[in-house]
Amino acid sequence: MAAQHELKSTWITIRPRWLSFRLDKRVPKIAVLILAFTFITLVFSISYGEYDISPYEVVRTILNINQDHPDYANYKLVVHTFRLPRIVLAFLVGAALATSGTLMQGITRNPLADPYLIGVSGGASLAAVTIIVWVRDVPIGVLPWAAFVGAGLTALAIYTLAWKGGKSTPIRLILIGIALESVLGAVTTVMLLFGNINDVQQAYVWLSGSVYGRNWEHVKALGSWMVVFIPAAFLLARQLNTLGLGDDTAKGLGLRVEWQRGLLMLISVALAAAAVAVAGTIGFVGLVAPHIARRLVGPLHEGLLPVSALFGGALLVLADLIGRWAIAPSELPVGIVTAMIGAPYFLYLFYRNRNQQ
Amino acid sequence: MTAQAKPISKNTTRILGSRALLLPGLVIGIILLILCLLWSITLGAADINTQTVYDALFAFDETSFQHLIIQTVRLPRVLAGVIVGAALAVSGAIMQGLTRNPLADSGILGINSGAAFAVVMAVFLLGNPPLSTYAFFGFIGAGVAAILVYALGSMGRGGTTPLKLTLAGVILSAFVSAFTTAILLGDQETLDKIRFWTAGSLAGREMPLVLQTAPYILVGLFGSLVISRQITTISLGEDVAKGLGQNTAWVRGIAAIMVILLAGGAVALAGPIGFVGLIVPHVVRFIVGVDYRWVVPYSAVLGAILVTVADVGARIIIRPQELPVGVMMAFVGAPFFIWLARWKVKR
Repeated sequence: MAAQHELKSTWITIRPRWLSFRLDKRVPKIAVLILAFTFITLVFSISYGEYDISPYEVVRTILNINQDHPDYANYKLVVHTFRLPRIVLAFLVGAALATSGTLMQGITRNPLADPYLIGVSGGASLAAVTIIVWVRDVPIGVLPWAAFVGAGLTALAIYTLAWKGGKSTPIRLILIGIALESVLGAVTTVMLLFGNINDVQQAYVWLSGSVYGRNWEHVKALGSWMVVFIPAAFLLARQLNTLGLGDDTAKGLGLRVEWQRGLLMLISVALAAAAVAVAGTIGFVGLVAPHIARRLVGPLHEGLLPVSALFGGALLVLADLIGRWAIAPSELPVGIVTAMIGAPYFLYLFYRNRNQQ
Repeated sequence: MTAQAKPISKNTTRILGSRALLLPGLVIGIILLILCLLWSITLGAADINTQTVYDALFAFDETSFQHLIIQTVRLPRVLAGVIVGAALAVSGAIMQGLTRNPLADSGILGINSGAAFAVVMAVFLLGNPPLSTYAFFGFIGAGVAAILVYALGSMGRGGTTPLKLTLAGVILSAFVSAFTTAILLGDQETLDKIRFWTAGSLAGREMPLVLQTAPYILVGLFGSLVISRQITTISLGEDVAKGLGQNTAWVRGIAAIMVILLAGGAVALAGPIGFVGLIVPHVVRFIVGVDYRWVVPYSAVLGAILVTVADVGARIIIRPQELPVGVMMAFVGAPFFIWLARWKVKR
């Protein structure tokens, strides 16, 4: 598939002194398309709700050019304070999870890796639930750190337990991830049993993965992590490509394999943890987005990472809209919607790969 | 993805080396189970001594408060534990034999989630279905989930592998649980009715529910015992079984029905409890070897003991509160699963 792809496509090469970048020509086009789709979804998502605002007015309110409108004060409140932050957050969470998933699939060379499936999300959410229920009233900026510690420890535990005879196979990683996920789930349940009922109710909604009632503080908390780690991931794209050739080849090409793998894993865990800290466990985005992105722009990470991130963001914005609309006036947490969309996709992948090793 | 299980059947090490020890061993197991049950009945908010327990069971006195507690609260609970433990363990043993997969368990393969979804759906759509129908819906859900997971897990070259089955089960679980949660979040009334049930717990199970589910599970247990010889053959491999003149399709079909009766019934009674069906058959094969005529009854007894003890643990660890027994099983079961994944799954 890769060879065929080389023949068809042309490249954009970016080569300043200290790094070299080769981008598939389709990438900018597809990125713009996804962004346009995201913006349209965002406008409709903001306009939809108990207090309807026409899409036209939504755009004008976002741009702040309808101050003469009689309902301007209401529009401003609803758009800028309630709906926009939640949707922006959904986009960021989707992008973070998708990037995390792309990195994980690249590192493990396993198309089925996903932060949720691998158990890292479970570690992050256990840490966050512990903080929510036991410490209470923590500033939102602290949660990503706690989640990062939880996720990091879980990743380390999975890696250690899967290690046998000098290597860890994808099969063991997945199986052990599944087992640890169930232990972490059990511990989380115990935490919830002892908590104050109000905290627990909050934790329940949060656990199923939701962007309900999030504000700009959450956007800032996640954004500050993404500003650091997303560029870091992009800068390592070439090393990720090399890792994909197999450990021996990568070593032969002069890559310090274990060191690079550890660094990439750290970035992946940090992104997943920050996303979980603000929005709870949202599964399958990290699985679906990289796959579709790979089909759009091929397997090279210079193009794959940004497209996958944008696609993940768009997917979550859409899923959030579906969740708000499906059982109105109640609301489905976005994590439930992604499971409903993502699980069948996974099974389809499963079916397609049925004859592969 | 073609991880092959080490053939279970090659494992010839067993504790009870001589056939003559098998029956006495089973009897000892049953005695142990009865002791555990008595222990479980005496424990609780009000401690009741064994003499009173004995009286309550065999010389019931309506005016005694303690006798009433035993008959209406504690006895149904321990009976539920016995039935659920036996059912889950035997269903796990049969699935492991049938799929030659050491990681098979009704929880891991998504059968529990399927049954749970069907029950929640029934309560949601029908309002307040009688208790007796819980089991019925449990069977439908368990059956559909079992068929789907098996179909997905056996696709492609190489047939069923532990990884394929496990992944199919986990993903189907995630998918179905999403719908279960969606219903429960959208409908407060259903959540309220079903809340006690989804946690995977033996608390608050009343006698009528126990008695309504018991017949299905007993049929499942008895049926499993009847086909146990054929399961031994099939666990040696499809080719061997066919070579020995077995009609494997029939045996698989009947065994699947038994699994659905057992797992569906257990879920209808106690909600989803994982790992019992995973752990017990491994321990049992270690004790008695691979002859399913013995694996089935031993699994039933040990499964009952495991769930009873786990339930006692769940009640005394954090007294006066209690943990759901499903949580206890996760603590015991997951390390076991990891051990299996490390040592019993090749690659």
